[in-house]
This record gives sequence, C-alpha cells and structure tokens, in this order.
Amino acid sequence: MNRRTIMVSFSSALLAAGIAGLTAASVIAADPIKIGVVSHLTGPLAGGEAVTHTPNIELWAKQINDRGGLKVDGEQRPVEIITYDDKTDPAEHIKAVQRLATQDEVDYMLSPYGTGFNIAAAPIYAKYNYPLVAVSAITDKIPELSKRFPNMFFTLGTTSGFVEGVRDTLVTMRDAGTIGNKIAMVNVADAFGIELADTARPILTEAGFEIVYDKSYPLGTPDISPVVKGAKASEPDAFVAWSYPPDTFALTEQAIIEDLDVKAFYTAVATCFPAYADKFGAKIEGNLGAGGINPDTPAMQAYRKAHKEVTGKEADYWASATYYASLQVLEQAIEGVGSVDREATIDYIKNNSFDTVLGTISFDENNNSERYWSVGQWRDGVFRAVADTGMGDSVPAVAKEGWN
Amino acid sequence: MDILISGLLLGGTYALMAMGLNLQYGVARIMNLANGEMLVLGGLAAFWLFTASAISPLITALVVAPLAFAGNWLIYRYLLLPLVRRSKNQGQLEVDSILATFGISFALVGVMVSIHGEYITYSYLADPFSILGSTVALNRLVAFLAAATIGAALYIWLNRTYAGTAVRAVSVDTEAAGLVGINVDRISALAFALGGAVTAVGGTLISTFITLDASIGVIFTMKALIIIIMGGVGDIRGAIIAALILGLVETTVATVIDPGLTLAAAYVIFLAVLLFRPQGLFGRRTS
Repeated sequence: MNRRTIMVSFSSALLAAGIAGLTAASVIAADPIKIGVVSHLTGPLAGGEAVTHTPNIELWAKQINDRGGLKVDGEQRPVEIITYDDKTDPAEHIKAVQRLATQDEVDYMLSPYGTGFNIAAAPIYAKYNYPLVAVSAITDKIPELSKRFPNMFFTLGTTSGFVEGVRDTLVTMRDAGTIGNKIAMVNVADAFGIELADTARPILTEAGFEIVYDKSYPLGTPDISPVVKGAKASEPDAFVAWSYPPDTFALTEQAIIEDLDVKAFYTAVATCFPAYADKFGAKIEGNLGAGGINPDTPAMQAYRKAHKEVTGKEADYWASATYYASLQVLEQAIEGVGSVDREATIDYIKNNSFDTVLGTISFDENNNSERYWSVGQWRDGVFRAVADTGMGDSVPAVAKEGWN
Repeated sequence: MDILISGLLLGGTYALMAMGLNLQYGVARIMNLANGEMLVLGGLAAFWLFTASAISPLITALVVAPLAFAGNWLIYRYLLLPLVRRSKNQGQLEVDSILATFGISFALVGVMVSIHGEYITYSYLADPFSILGSTVALNRLVAFLAAATIGAALYIWLNRTYAGTAVRAVSVDTEAAGLVGINVDRISALAFALGGAVTAVGGTLISTFITLDASIGVIFTMKALIIIIMGGVGDIRGAIIAALILGLVETTVATVIDPGLTLAAAYVIFLAVLLFRPQGLFGRRTS
C-alpha cells in the first residue's frame, strides 16, 4: 500500500521490443534509473503537493520515457519513480528517505514539498549524498544551509526576496497614485506566516507604509470573518495576508462578502492555484499573490500545454514550473555527467547552467538560483508576474477594481 | 451585534460537527475516530457534484443523508457489532472501537485521496446577507438554519417518540434497556447510522464555506470530541449548547482581543468545564 511505483516504463519497453523484434525478451530496455521521492500523499500538506509536485513528476517521467530514457554510459535508460507517503510527518519522512537510500537503493531523489521538510530532512539527504534541487523551500538561511549541505540547491527564492517583491509592488502602485500608505497585514500563526510577517514589518515600515492592522490567526481557523471585519474597520489602502491555502480561500471569500474594497489585495500561498480562479471566477481580477509566471515564453507555453495533456490539469502559476525546472536540472546534470554518479552530478549542477522552462538558470556560490518571480496578479484568467528577482520580465501591477 | 451573530453562526457550524458523534458515542458507545472522515466525505460529495454537474450542495445533502445512513449502518453491523458482542465492559469496547475506527479513518482517507487529493473548495452562496445591520455569509446562515433544524428534529424525536425513548434508554444503561425489552443492538445500529448521516450532511454544508481536504478529518473529530465532552456525552442539548458557547467565545475573543487567541480561549473553557463539571454541562454524574 505504502510503496507505489507510479511509472513503469511501458513505452520504452514497447519501443525496444518493436525494434528488436525477434529477441524482444532479451532487449527489454536497460535497467531503469531509480528515482525516489517522499511525498505528502496524505496529511496537512497533501493538497499542495498534489497541485505543485506530483503532476510534474508524472509529466517529466513520461516525457523522458517516451523518448527512450536518459543517456548514460552510452545507453538509454528509462526512469522509474518510487514514491513513499510520509503523512506530512517529518519523522516518517526521514524514515522513508532512509528506506529509499538503503533498501530501494535509488539512484537519485527529488526534493520534498514545504520549507520545513526541505530543512528538517536536509541532513538525511546529505548523509547519503543525494543531490537535492529544492524548490518549495523559501528561507533566508540559504548561505548557511548550502555550506552545511553542499548537495542542496535552491530555486524559489528567499523570505526577504518575497517580502521585497510585495514591497516593490506596493511602492510602484503608491508612486502611480493607485494606493495610499495604509496597509492591513495579517498572517497565519505558523512558521511560514510568522517569519514572513516578521520580515515584512520593518521592510514595509522603512518603505514609508503605515501598518494600520496587524494580527495573526491560528492555522485552521473555522471562521475568518472577525479578521476581515477588523481589517476593513482599519480602512486600509492595501491588504496583505501571509496565508496558507485554506485561509487564502477563506480570506478571499470573506473579503468578497464584506466588500473589503482595496486597490491592492494580496494573499500568499495558493493564490496561484488554478482552483483559486475556478472557485472565484472573475471576482479575483486584479488579486495579487505569491508567485506568478511569464506566460508568454514559448518554453512556458509548451510546458503548460504538455502538463494539461499528460496530467489533465492546469499547472499552477508559480512553483509548478519551478519544480519542473528542478527536474530538468537533474535530467541535464545526469546526462551531462553521462553516468549515475551522484558526486559528479552535484559538481555538474554547481558548475553548469541549465536550459529550463524558466529560461537559463545556474547556481551561485551559495547554490542558489537568483531567478524567480515573487508576486503575481490575476489578469484575464492568467496569474502574471508583477515582481521578480533576476527575471526582468514582470509587468507593472494595476489597481484592483472591486469584487465584481 | 456582529459578535453575537457571527458567534451564533460559528456555533451552528460546531453543532453540525458534534451532533453526529454525540449519537454515536453517547448511544452506540462507539468512540468513532473516523467521524471527521465521514464529514469530509459529505463535503467531497458536494464538491464533486457541484463542480462536475453544478448540483446544489443542498440537494447533495438530501442524497448524502440516506447513503451515509446505509453506509454507517453497514459499518456498525459488520465491523463494530462483533466488537460490542465480545467486549466484557465499556472500557474494553472503547479501546477496541478506537482502534477499529482509527483503521477505518485511514481507509477512508486513502479512498478520498484517490478520488481528489487536492483541496476541496468551491463557491456556493458566498454572498453577503444582512441581519440586523450585520453582514454574514449566506452559506454560513444556511448551515446554521440546517443545524437548528437537525438539532430540533433530533430533540423532538428523542423526547417525543417511542423509538427516541428507546434510544435514550440505551444511552443511559444498555443492560437495563435490554431487560425492559428494547433490542439494544438494533437501537445502537440505528443511533450509529443516524449519527453518521448527521455528520455527513454537516460536512456537505460545511464544505460550502470551509476549505477541506482528504486528510483534514481528524481536526473535525477532535473539535467534535471537545464539544461533546463539554456538553455531556449522550445529551443532544449539551452538544448544541456547548457548540454555541464555543462559537460565541471564539468570535468574541477574535474580535475584542486578538484572533490569535481563539484556540487558547477554546481550550480554557474546555479546561474549566473539565475542572468544575467533569461530567459535562448536561452530563450525568457517574455513580
């Protein structure tokens, strides 16, 4: 039950059988390269994992196996994904990583979902020396982490980078005369929300904003209406929420009900989910949130099309593409090295640049890729980046014109 | 006024979570840890029918009720009754039923993940509605009215009908109830199935305004447990009044003091009840 082999390399086996004809049995494709991933299939983070990680792994494995596999040691080897559920429990996670390393003896591993998990499990991935291209790990501790765990790479940015993205967006809107100085800020009382709120307070104040409402609420609050009523009573020009998916949905719904009419309305995680647009339709036109993408590049368009075709779902407008890019980095590093050699793969990732769905990315001395979108805005059904670090292709944010 | 109305509405939501478990634990004596999963299953049905065929969750609730009743009756009859029969005392039954329903909860989570592993969220009646100058969400109001109807119907049924009297008798003492000619197994199955149906319908209504996911059931089980222990196990009035108190206190604290302290406030009242009235507000003192 626990072990689930998602991908069997049907297509490559068929292809090999087709070519070899008579001796089909003896040439069924080369031994697969085993790739392990410890997922949150159940538990509190399962909903996010199912949107942002799982479909990309399915897509990537299918694409590789459709073209015959990865080129290593002069032959094509398919990939086999081995998935374990950790129930969103760090202790279970570490046990599962150990099992993948010692029992299944997987060749590579994929990074887990959630900052806490990437950091909590970093020592175990480092112990077995697996290259780990982390995606959903947003932290200001990247230099310390990469020094302690040289196998670890970062792609989705820093806490400060995220807050600065929000600040830049709000400053641009203030300079354009769209909003005034008053911000209502709320956060979920959880590691992620608390860290972002603590980082945001000085950064927003220094930029000349006045925080007129500043409250936290517990994770899983069944009724968020007192928070929205309180924020509305403070008559803010902008509303900023460092929120998790369930409260992102709840805050938005309540803001519609209370008619919290601000020109800038920001909610953090899950604003970028297609489910957010499905739920609220046109009412969220102009909403700001964490992430965003540039939907106009051919690479991004091809990726989103393939994602939809293979998994049947729209990719989210933030970390989906970045997670897929992390898989592309691993793929290109393995083929670049030309053999299954984890040590060499880590070196290769450090010293080369990679052509991904996000464009060309490479890693600095802190194993960090300083290219990411930080704030997006819903425009005509697309969540478009309006602030970024190192991408340079964001568009200016516009005013939100009510909840129509 | 805002506080009073929002608090009552939240209390109604809590009552929806707790009334079903109260019947299952109070009468059938099954500490059902899969209660929250039954609730999420009701929500998943609403989500699925709403997004696939635009069927109103209120209609889904009418479909869910008999299905959940039948499903829970089967669970009681084939999975739990053997445990009831072999247990020598209440303590042993409690341990056995906790283990069994814990397992059932995992199975249900697995089933739901395979159907829809993402967040269960959609918009239904997410419109403002004004009562006495206070703005509330229409979907919450509907859930409150449903909770009030279900609560009143259960109360009348329990106190005014023959079957209801039998249910109360079983809740007081299974042995004595058997001695006066009540079919305890049948009444327990009825209470368990009814409890499951109430919980699932609650989930259908709650899913219109709270984002659920396949694994979130345990949160609802815990909240329901707190409420029925506060109210007094086996008493439907107790569960409703405890739910309303909890809703009012949480909303008051969130509005007047700080939203960050709602959980703390809830546990303070829970502790106070345990300290000063350990049998619950309407509970019977055990001799």
